[in-house]
Amino acid sequence: MRWILALILLTIPAQAQELVKDFGTGPATMTLRSTTDLAVMGPVVADYIALHPDLRVRYEQWGSNDLHDLSVAECAAGKGGADLVISSAVHQMVHLVNEGCARPHRSALTASLPSALRWRDELWGVTEEPAVMVYNRDLVPADDVPASRFDLLDLLRPADSPYVGRIATYDIEASGLGYLLAFADSLEATTFGGLMESFGRSGAIATCCSAEIIDAVVRGEYLIAYNVLGSYALARAAEEPRVGVVAPADYTLVLSRAAMIPRSAAAPQAAADLVDFLLSQAGRAALKRALLIVPLEEEAGAPDLPDSVASIRRPIELTPALLLALDAQKRALFGARWRASFPPKVQQ
Amino acid sequence: MAETMWRLPTMSIKTRVALAMAAVLLAGGAFVLAAALGYGRQAARETYDRLLLGAANSIAASITVRDGAAVVDMPVSVFELLALAPDDRIRYRVIGPDGATVTGSAAAPLPEKPGAPVLYDGAFGDEPARYVSLTRRFAERSFSGPVQVIVGQTVRARRELARDIARNAVTVLGMAGAAIAVLAWLALRSALVPLPRIGAALRARDPTDLTPLDLKVPGEVAQLLSPLNDFMARLDRQVTSNRNLIGDAAHQLRTPVAALRAQAQLAADEDDPARRAAIMAKIHARAVSLSRLLDQMLAQAMIIHRTDTEPRALVDLRDIALDVFEDAEATGGGAADLILPDDPVMVRGDSLALGEAGRNLLHNALRHGRPPVRIGVRDDGVLYVRDAGEGPARTDNLGARFVSAGVTGGSGLGLAISRAVAESHGGVLQLGPVDGGFEAALILPGVV
Repeated sequence: MRWILALILLTIPAQAQELVKDFGTGPATMTLRSTTDLAVMGPVVADYIALHPDLRVRYEQWGSNDLHDLSVAECAAGKGGADLVISSAVHQMVHLVNEGCARPHRSALTASLPSALRWRDELWGVTEEPAVMVYNRDLVPADDVPASRFDLLDLLRPADSPYVGRIATYDIEASGLGYLLAFADSLEATTFGGLMESFGRSGAIATCCSAEIIDAVVRGEYLIAYNVLGSYALARAAEEPRVGVVAPADYTLVLSRAAMIPRSAAAPQAAADLVDFLLSQAGRAALKRALLIVPLEEEAGAPDLPDSVASIRRPIELTPALLLALDAQKRALFGARWRASFPPKVQQ
Repeated sequence: MAETMWRLPTMSIKTRVALAMAAVLLAGGAFVLAAALGYGRQAARETYDRLLLGAANSIAASITVRDGAAVVDMPVSVFELLALAPDDRIRYRVIGPDGATVTGSAAAPLPEKPGAPVLYDGAFGDEPARYVSLTRRFAERSFSGPVQVIVGQTVRARRELARDIARNAVTVLGMAGAAIAVLAWLALRSALVPLPRIGAALRARDPTDLTPLDLKVPGEVAQLLSPLNDFMARLDRQVTSNRNLIGDAAHQLRTPVAALRAQAQLAADEDDPARRAAIMAKIHARAVSLSRLLDQMLAQAMIIHRTDTEPRALVDLRDIALDVFEDAEATGGGAADLILPDDPVMVRGDSLALGEAGRNLLHNALRHGRPPVRIGVRDDGVLYVRDAGEGPARTDNLGARFVSAGVTGGSGLGLAISRAVAESHGGVLQLGPVDGGFEAALILPGVV
């Protein structure tokens, strides 16, 4: 048994975190692994450290799939290096909790979360980030700016549409987040089938990573990017006037990055305190400043919105239904459909 | 131990009933709690087993055959169904005919024997879980054989539901128990109301009042009240007879004692020895008569007392008649004949009282009747004394106290005693002329 575990540990792929930074200099340490860019999440952690000067938080930035694989392996081995894991690939987090890899934590703050953002007192949704459409303000005429998926479909319908080949979205095979958003879309509405078909016909581009996609939109390479996480889009829009952001009016997916305390955490209490901080007034204020909480209801900094906000908000709920997204066969079927619309092509 | 033995009988009825109620409610409560827990567990199990089965069926229905392989296009409704147990972890597994896991978690345990839907307990990591397994058979050209579907779920929601059901049952039981206790208390209070009422009625009574208590009381309390009234009646009879005895004695003794005094005075004043002897003889006769009167009065008092107190035994009337006859022989009161049947004549009675009655009747016959005098017993429970005379002139009120036929003087107590004895034995004293004489008969209910 022991050597099997050792073997498992040895076979953990030699992944590496993308970035590491220590916050604070206190004697007590904890490790936070997150898929969120260090630049975005860093100030939030710094705010927390300001309240807890005795603490040193080691922040590791990971890719979602690598983080998931590492967490699964560590869970099976019964030991691991993280005290708190926060990932945008919430289906993977639900899977980890479902496998019994998490440790429960209950407090007044976790109890105040809506049930859609809390599962088994082991998984908590700490952010609110809408999935938006990003467009180039210079190149897309105001009349063409799509307010909804239907508008997007209409833009792509004409055979001589100028948007053919100029629409981009996440490559679901390369991005866990992209797969999650596409999967959530497929559950949400029948529009998605039409959209995929339309993307395929108009030669839309599936590519990787929020930052790259938005950069390409700014350069004018793509005119519109579909299903980009609002936090990145709004951050770029704040400094780059050419970036326009729209929350789809038919419905807007809202992603809550999920936080979980691994069963093997060495400092579970510190992790629980950090979770409570993220759910507290101060923590939420810090997350808002980091644009990790985008209040669709507010005017300032919010994307262009229709009037009836509440009805278009579709939180991606932290429920076992997300396990379906990880089902091997479902994934294969979904991937095959996707691939039919986005045949592999050479990256530009 | 001795302490409690002594205390227990004095514990109030309310305390006893309260203790009994508490015991019943506790025992009943424990029973219902156990039953509710069992029922809750059962109900929760059935409810969530159906959920599991529904999910497994929906997974089985989503299996299709594509290019010679089983493909599971699982509907999200499976998970939405299972999410009705919101906090439970989920595991599923689809196994192809070759035993390989098509999709899902290979760690899901297999049932002991597959086939028809089978539900079984298993583990899910370190949590207990419940699994269902069912098999769908395929018979296509490209793919045939059984495909097994296993769905499992941890048991948090089941436990919660079972606890909930039990909690509700116990709450209802608690309220019912409280209501029962209150009602029982009220019922007990109203049931015990007659007791203080009887106490108050007795306390408010004149000390000489021995009449029965006339209170409307429930049957159970009447069991107490009726012996109480009987007891008072007996007391009343004894007090009355004592009073009568004293009154009678005073009344009866005054005249003879006055006569004795007068004659004693005469004797004291008389100088002539012959006349003085005659007076002395008279004094003696009076004293004898007085003595007999006293005997009879005491006998009557005794008999009235005995009729209330002596237990009744089976006696043979022939023995009584024989005793009476021999007594008369012994005291030389006069000659009589004894006539007895061959078989015993059994009656239920007090032999002393019956003997006294018989003695009085025989004494009267010998004294006032005309020989030959006969004493006898008849088969139907009759003790009779017969003489050849015509009997007293009037018989209608004979036997009442101090009513004497008045021929040669007599207290009249003899017949009264006989009548009292007859009546206290449930019989009668019959006086009357018969063929060739006069008969006094004690007619008693015979014993067959």
